[in-house]
Amino acid sequence: MSTPHEGRDEHAHPHLQHHFESMAQQYDSGKFGMWLFLVTEVLLFGGLFCAYAVYRANHPEIFAYAHQFLDKTLGGLNTLVLIVSSLTMAMAVRCAQLGQQRRLKQMLAATLLCACIFLGVKGVEYEHKWKHGLLWGTHYVPQGETVAPADAAGAATTAETTAAAAAAPADGGTTLPHAATGPQGLADHSQPGHGGASHGGHGPAGPAPRNVHLFFGIYFVMTGLHGIHVLAGMIAIVWLLRRSAAGEFGPEYFAPVDFVGLYWHLVDLIWIFLFPLLYLIH
Amino acid sequence: MSTHDATAAPPAVGGENYLNCSHGFRSWIFTLDHKRIGVMYLASILSFFLLGGILALLIRTELLTPTRTLMSADDYNKVFTLHGAIMIFLFIIPGIPAALGNFVLPLMLGAKDVALPRLNLASYHLYLIGALIAVLSIVQGGVDAGWTFYAPYSTTTNTAVVTLTFGVFVLGFSSVFTGLNFIVTMHKMRPAGMGWFDMPLMLWALYATSIIQVLATPILGITMVLLIVERVMGIGIFDPALGGDPVLYQHFFWFYSHPAVYIMILPAMGIISEVISVFSRKHIFGYRAIAYSSIAIAAFSFLVWGHHMFTSGQSDLMNMIFSALTFSVSIPSAVKMFNWLSTMYKGSIRFDTPMIYALSFMFLFGIGGLTGLFLGSLATDVHLHDTYFVVAHFHYVMFGGTVIAFLAGLHYWWPKMFGRMYDEKWGRISAIIISVGFNITFFTQFVMGSQGMPRRYYAYVDKFEPYHVISSIGSYLMAAGFFMTAWYLVKSLYRGRPAPANPWGGASMEWQAASPPVLHNFTDEPVGGDPYDYSNQDYDPATGGYVLRKPEVSDR
Amino acid sequence: MILSGLLNTLSVRGAGAPFLATGDGTFWLPVRASEAAGSVDNLFYFIFWISLFFFTLLMALLAIFAVRYRRRREGEEPEPSPSHNLAVEVVWTAIPVLLVAVIFWFGFQAYVDMSTPPLNAYQIQVTGQKWKWTFTYPNGYVDELLHVPADRPVQLVMTSQDVIHSLSIPAFRIKRDLVPGRYSKAWFTAVRPGDYDIYCAEYCGTQHSSMISTVKVLPPEEFDAWMLEHSDILSGLTPVEGGERVYNVLGCKQCHTLDGVAGVGPTFRDLFGSERSFKDGGRALADENYISSSVLDPQSQIVQGFEPVMPTFKGRIKDQEMTALIAFLKSLSEHAPGEEAPAAVGAGTP
Repeated sequence: MSTPHEGRDEHAHPHLQHHFESMAQQYDSGKFGMWLFLVTEVLLFGGLFCAYAVYRANHPEIFAYAHQFLDKTLGGLNTLVLIVSSLTMAMAVRCAQLGQQRRLKQMLAATLLCACIFLGVKGVEYEHKWKHGLLWGTHYVPQGETVAPADAAGAATTAETTAAAAAAPADGGTTLPHAATGPQGLADHSQPGHGGASHGGHGPAGPAPRNVHLFFGIYFVMTGLHGIHVLAGMIAIVWLLRRSAAGEFGPEYFAPVDFVGLYWHLVDLIWIFLFPLLYLIH
Repeated sequence: MSTHDATAAPPAVGGENYLNCSHGFRSWIFTLDHKRIGVMYLASILSFFLLGGILALLIRTELLTPTRTLMSADDYNKVFTLHGAIMIFLFIIPGIPAALGNFVLPLMLGAKDVALPRLNLASYHLYLIGALIAVLSIVQGGVDAGWTFYAPYSTTTNTAVVTLTFGVFVLGFSSVFTGLNFIVTMHKMRPAGMGWFDMPLMLWALYATSIIQVLATPILGITMVLLIVERVMGIGIFDPALGGDPVLYQHFFWFYSHPAVYIMILPAMGIISEVISVFSRKHIFGYRAIAYSSIAIAAFSFLVWGHHMFTSGQSDLMNMIFSALTFSVSIPSAVKMFNWLSTMYKGSIRFDTPMIYALSFMFLFGIGGLTGLFLGSLATDVHLHDTYFVVAHFHYVMFGGTVIAFLAGLHYWWPKMFGRMYDEKWGRISAIIISVGFNITFFTQFVMGSQGMPRRYYAYVDKFEPYHVISSIGSYLMAAGFFMTAWYLVKSLYRGRPAPANPWGGASMEWQAASPPVLHNFTDEPVGGDPYDYSNQDYDPATGGYVLRKPEVSDR
Repeated sequence: MILSGLLNTLSVRGAGAPFLATGDGTFWLPVRASEAAGSVDNLFYFIFWISLFFFTLLMALLAIFAVRYRRRREGEEPEPSPSHNLAVEVVWTAIPVLLVAVIFWFGFQAYVDMSTPPLNAYQIQVTGQKWKWTFTYPNGYVDELLHVPADRPVQLVMTSQDVIHSLSIPAFRIKRDLVPGRYSKAWFTAVRPGDYDIYCAEYCGTQHSSMISTVKVLPPEEFDAWMLEHSDILSGLTPVEGGERVYNVLGCKQCHTLDGVAGVGPTFRDLFGSERSFKDGGRALADENYISSSVLDPQSQIVQGFEPVMPTFKGRIKDQEMTALIAFLKSLSEHAPGEEAPAAVGAGTP
């Protein structure tokens, strides 16, 4: 952990709270608290990753089929944007520690800009899904040919992977037909006919497995919750910008910049996991 | 050093203290003082305890007869749902850590406050907001899904599930922030010279509790989010008609809610460790065993959630593993019991109200713990699962354990919190009435449960009527005990004898502060040392309390 | 192995169960009517006596210490005594570990016996729905009571139509959840003819506590005779009687009353031939086709003022039964052509 300046015997800093003995103790406490908070954030997303793992294990064919409707280029662009934003955030922390007020503000603004680009791109992606009915649950009503994946080659490989996924359990030695595994069981019979299967014939992506909407449900919850975290981070950065405009940060006191930085890196990190799990299947 | 006895026995009530140093609504609701936040938590949780208790009495009254007594089936279902949700999320979980823990934790460390006072206040505000949202669900007509909100019932019922679950989500954040704050405080605010094994066991218990709060509560958060998304948007993740898995919900829910049981009981065990030692005037027996067992319970608590689902159809292998792990969590609790008992051996035992409650705790928690063996064992659990046996078991642990320990702690620290002594005679009488009433209410439920009576039943088969009648009578007795307690405690605030700084002879640092403490807790630097060493204090008949002996005994 | 030796002595598993034979209930446990009940009860009492022994021991020590070491006057200091002892800690950790290991093992073994059905088990399909049990026998006969032969393993293959239910038969010591979208299984061998309660043990809404049925254990030859007799539920009945039978058996009566007061669904009294108005604004005359489509595709036309909660009966109701049900509805309605004003029809069992 990075050590702050030695502050044991200095005169009480204006930001030193009454119950701490030194700025060092205050900084350490805050930083420790921030790390614990990040642990809870990881666990919050951990629940979603668990749900993802359960459904992916039970219905690999859904994921193999549905992920091709996500735009890898836009997803990759967003990954790049977030990585850059992490860099600018780290530099902002450095500037605060060194007391470079002007560059601090520039770096925070750059981070904010990256966040805006990220959300903008995300918005474009959401709009695309919305327009083509690639939504969750009963709202999943794919719209004909327009949802074709980017190119024919992609479609061909996908068809293969889908077939491979369907065949996989048989290789594993089980004789259960696919529909009997996993939790859907009976629901297959009572389900009057939304879901991918009943829309067979659209698009070149091969036969759509049942319950494709589950993928989009998980996709929207995960990216949606992540998006909310990006928004919260942006609010925190705006708050930092205001405080840095007042020149509050410097070598003596930079804890808020540091802590928001930690949070921002985590938000970035979660996306680094979301991107391959959702966009880059197989 | 010469100022110690001035610290130990200042003129109680009268000088400036944290209660009278500032006035007005805003001086409370926006305070950063951990003691005021603790007191506000206390007032809030007691209000909800009253509400939950009234709902409990409605349940018991309805069950006096096998068919309708007071209300319709739908109303009954709402009443038991709200009883469970309010008691769990609004009373027991924040009960000991947030109310009593907030008050005593910095005092026990000899610190001026918790490490993150603003977060502490935010935690309380979130509690209030969450509580208001949860209560709003009553205004919207109530919720009938049971406090466990099992899908797909909870996703299809047309009651205010979203409101209540959103309230629970917000309350979860409050709980996380309290736990996080306590962990940071114990790591960073311990005074020089106080190692981990010099802390009072209450702090070990709070530490273990906080670990669970920080690690388990986020899962509750995401579970509630998924449930809300499922209801509002129909995402299908728990809906079998859409290919979802309702049993996954149960895994998610119990992954939090089983550790939550230990969020409730661990701090209770901490209180008992303090009270037994102080009132036996003897060093706690097996300090390290008790401290480690708290941590062991916290660790094991994450590995046993599947025992709520033995009949849900999960595989036999999983049932076996969860059954075995469940038994493992019983060991540390047993170790604590043995150590408490040994602490009393050759002590000098004083039977004040807190001690009556502590003894009562050992009796009730003993039954609660042992009946857990029936439920951890697979073959018997299949018969007992979801019957009144389970209801009785968790009331013995949650009520007979946590609430009784909470009362022990409340009476133990009451003089410190408010600077007044309550009426000891009424305290003891009420403690006995509550314990007796409790046993009448819930012991009967063991019998009817093992006879097959399922839980959450509005109407029941005639053969269970005598049990229900006895149980209801017990609950009225218990209610009488609680009203007596409320009465003498409130009276003590106005008429109580001023409390000495150390009425019981406790050796942990909070007893070196005045009763009630000043705003920043200590007027002089408190003296550290073994929190269970009673050899350097004397009884002072003039104040009815204990004072530190003057000679240089501080280094031992 | 010592454990299994002890196990056999106590005979916790298996059918033998010497000291707790099949029989009447005790203070703690209800009547034992299945093979498994004996082993569960033995285990129950094994844990019970261990618990009682240790609880009594601890509380006796507590009482003795409380009396012996009470403080006689304020300021009295106790004589010094040790505050830790590693050997003691190890001992009182090890003893409970051993005991719970034994309890776990017994519990697990008895459970495995209870969850492994023999191959020749007689299969009955169980359907749970709000708030009714339906038992379907191998020949297609459907009943609201569970009839089983004694001394013959019976397996229940269960599922739920709506929310999670749980089938609980205390006399058999079995319980298993019914989860919508999957099948769950339970089995037992009933050993004692008689009537026993079936409860729903998983909370399922308004009438959760009325989701009670009865298991009738019949001697094998009586069961065979009963089965023969009930293979055709409509035989020997007029269409109206048959319809009332269908009304009771398929669970219509859980939501549709006969007395003119709306329940969860519309009342059946005077329904036939009346004009229905729907949530979406449409209207229709309640004729044969309307009744039939309402039963087979209930979500298609939701009557004003009601929730879309009815499950479909497609595949569960036979044509003949539908005809009978319609005849029954006609008999209840004064709008029905060619029917005289209905006599008061109770919802009594056939």
